[in-house]
Amino acid sequence: MPAKKLNLRKRYELLTRGMGWETTYQKMDDVFPYDSFEGIKITDWDKWEDPFRLTMDAYWKFQAEKEKKLYAVIDSFAQNNGQTNLSDASYLSAIKLFITGVTPIEYAAHRGFANLGRHFRGDGARVACQMQAIDELRHQQTQVHTISHYNKHFNGLHDPFYQFDRVWYLSVPKSFAEDAMTAGPFEFITSISFAFEYVLTNLLFVPFMSGAAYNGDMATVTFGFSAQSDESRHMTLGLEIIKFMLEQHEDNLPIVQRWMDKHFWRAYRLLALVAAMQDYMLTNSPMSWKEAWDVYFVENGGALFEDLSRYGLRMPKYHELATAEAEHVSHQVWSVFCSLGNATGFHTFLPTEEKMAWLSEKYPDTFDKYYRPRFEYWAKQKEEGTFEYQKGLPQLCQICQIPMIFTEVQTDPMQISYRVTEHGGDKYHFCSDGCKDIFEHEPEKYVQAWLPVHQIFQGNCGGPTLPEVLEWYKFAPEDSGDYIGSQDHARWQEWKGADKKVKEA
Amino acid sequence: MSIEISAKSIQPVRLSYGNLKERFGDKKPASRYQEAVYDIQPTTNFQYRPLWDKDHELYDPSKTAIVMEDWYSFADPRQYYYGTYTITRSKQQEVAEHNFAFVDKRDLFDSVPEAVKQQVREILVPLRHVEWAANMNNCQITGESVGSNFSTLGMFNAMDRLGMAQYVTRIGLLIDGNEETAIDAAKEAWMEAPEWQGLRHAIEDMFVLDDWFELMIAQNFVLDGLIFPLLYDRFEKKITIEGGATVAMLTEFMDDWYKETVRWTNTLAKVTAKESEANQELLTTWVNKWADRLTSAMEPIAVKAFGSDGINQLAEVKEELLNRLTKNGVTGLKRS
Amino acid sequence: MSDKKNTVFLIVQDNEDARPIIEAVEQDNSAVNIQYQPGLVRMEAPGRLIVNRETVEEEIGREWDVQELHLVLISLAGNVDEDEDKFELSWH
Repeated sequence: MPAKKLNLRKRYELLTRGMGWETTYQKMDDVFPYDSFEGIKITDWDKWEDPFRLTMDAYWKFQAEKEKKLYAVIDSFAQNNGQTNLSDASYLSAIKLFITGVTPIEYAAHRGFANLGRHFRGDGARVACQMQAIDELRHQQTQVHTISHYNKHFNGLHDPFYQFDRVWYLSVPKSFAEDAMTAGPFEFITSISFAFEYVLTNLLFVPFMSGAAYNGDMATVTFGFSAQSDESRHMTLGLEIIKFMLEQHEDNLPIVQRWMDKHFWRAYRLLALVAAMQDYMLTNSPMSWKEAWDVYFVENGGALFEDLSRYGLRMPKYHELATAEAEHVSHQVWSVFCSLGNATGFHTFLPTEEKMAWLSEKYPDTFDKYYRPRFEYWAKQKEEGTFEYQKGLPQLCQICQIPMIFTEVQTDPMQISYRVTEHGGDKYHFCSDGCKDIFEHEPEKYVQAWLPVHQIFQGNCGGPTLPEVLEWYKFAPEDSGDYIGSQDHARWQEWKGADKKVKEA
Repeated sequence: MSIEISAKSIQPVRLSYGNLKERFGDKKPASRYQEAVYDIQPTTNFQYRPLWDKDHELYDPSKTAIVMEDWYSFADPRQYYYGTYTITRSKQQEVAEHNFAFVDKRDLFDSVPEAVKQQVREILVPLRHVEWAANMNNCQITGESVGSNFSTLGMFNAMDRLGMAQYVTRIGLLIDGNEETAIDAAKEAWMEAPEWQGLRHAIEDMFVLDDWFELMIAQNFVLDGLIFPLLYDRFEKKITIEGGATVAMLTEFMDDWYKETVRWTNTLAKVTAKESEANQELLTTWVNKWADRLTSAMEPIAVKAFGSDGINQLAEVKEELLNRLTKNGVTGLKRS
Repeated sequence: MSDKKNTVFLIVQDNEDARPIIEAVEQDNSAVNIQYQPGLVRMEAPGRLIVNRETVEEEIGREWDVQELHLVLISLAGNVDEDEDKFELSWH
């Protein structure tokens, strides 16, 4: 008898949904203890729409295909010394920041989604989270494998995961990831899948990977785009979970809105590092941070929230400020790294004349007025040998843990933005209203923060002097400081010189 | 000879990441498995306590009673990182896909005796729920475990179990021409039939275990160590003799999968038991507890599958499991 | 920004495997705007964008599984509706 043909939707349902059951020997609330304390009301998990209907056999097949292609590129990149085709070795500062700051978040997401893959009560949602959990593991592992070759030839890439737990600027991504992981499952997925992946991840991967292509880094382009093919599934999961929560019960709206406001701001602050990568660390940038913000947040985010407005969800709080800051953040972040360049695990460098001309063109209202004079002043000091790195440690924001570098861009762009609040008799400091709001809603959570600067003062980071702290970070002397004159720079010049000789011969 | 100058000038300044140099030395480049799974998980300076578990930090080693000086003493003998894992499974699924298509196209189930088909419906198809539970339990292990080597292992295992639950479901569909009758009946049996209730009860108790390593033992050592040899090997052989070779074609994946899995469970038993007497005693306690519980839970299923020989078949399988664990350092196991 | 409020987009890698998909999108979406950027191709359209299995199959002369799209996909915006015949993005 010929078998009946099943359509994709029905087939997928039979291959996921029907396998779970209502437990009777143990209470469902004991089997799934974590999915109700946040106050999200789910009346019918069966209404969950599977974002993508990928069964495991298809998953193995497609992912293996992607992996074979990726590793073929990684192997040939290593065999052919692909690192010599970069536009310039200074570009690698971006990769150093990436593997120390982004790759560990991929691992955190792997663990977080594995938790959800166990603890959501709905079978369909669990499977979707499991797929993401294994994808995130893929991203962590492929990034480590791709960047391994750079680690063999350049400094500053040797201990990314050890450093993630300790270094002052890496507490920015670490606190972001651990904020989500320590929240309940619905908040976690709102943070990672929606606020980070759906609303903001395009800002990280698309222009940055395109930038890697632009700078001859074929290895990074390949893992980046290969990871992005999974990311599209993740983004769709993010949108699905938001719609699902909002459709399930009207009481969910204010909770989701608050999480949206919180995690948008949290993720946006994290991306300030990416803004600096894009505008300053890439030797040649295909697109400025401001342009990327306009396309991927203002335009696409606008369309997204327009679509979600039918549920009553509005744009995240302070999004106008984020758009106004797009003219400033990359310059502010790169300035702080340059002024503390003796304490970074990557090389810093002042923008070249050519780069500054590009920045003037891309930021006509702000670069020449506020930031060019600073870089030119430092350049002059370096020429005269009078440049000194900033002494003393910066004050960090209690929430995002970025030094207090952001300014009142809507009123006075030269005025540092600074907020303070009191809790339990102590004062807490913030870079913005967005961060202060987050603290005030959950002070018990955020007083726990492991702030690197406080920890240094308390003697928990190797010792009281900078060299002791840097040693504790496993920053070798050759990892930090100016790119010009560094070992990386010398090696690059040696190759390029040798290359020249080959061409001449 | 300027080309030589160029090649010579491009010498690596180090051969591997710092953590791997500390662990394995700097004589040769680290393997991809080592790069992918060692020391990735954060270990210190956690920012906040979980709202859902205020007694523990993230990645807290005290979530199990097992104590390891270094959780990375265990290495997966298969050396699976994501790339090698998916490429291996992809090859296996290609074979499985071919077999399913062949059975479907040639209507091979038509020539399987109805009595055999009925055994498949009653014994094999309900195992989709068992695999589904194994998927949940391995997700739990992935989330709770210490060390990126463990979370990687747990994750691959979890996804394997989802894949196998889906293969069993497809057998259930194919046997009835893609009608849902067999899988509906299997679900009803799983929920109501007396012979499945002992196992379902044990599995639901496993869902609420606090200690992830105990869950590892209960699920991946004991339950799998009984079910796979008994039902995917011995029972398959029995129905093949009775005219059900078609079914064996469709469960080849599971049979191969289990043979592969035994390799890492052996290594894990050995490494954990060797660490300390306290660990060894915990392993013995857990294996005894779950072997007792799960063997009695499986008895009615064994009888249904093998008739009067069922108890004997199950006892043999249990004996093999205990012997294997003893050989790998889990001593003092209770023989019945 | 206001005239682009309902833009959906699909971004794919700029490689041989993506070519027939780009061709199919061009044929089946009259309002699509296709931009080539380093390493990637961005296809955007007002409100709705569709990839039809049949059109891709005509381009490559063999059977094509809609899920093969995932091999070259980089990013997207819009609600996804995927079945065995099409992959569709839209805003409501």
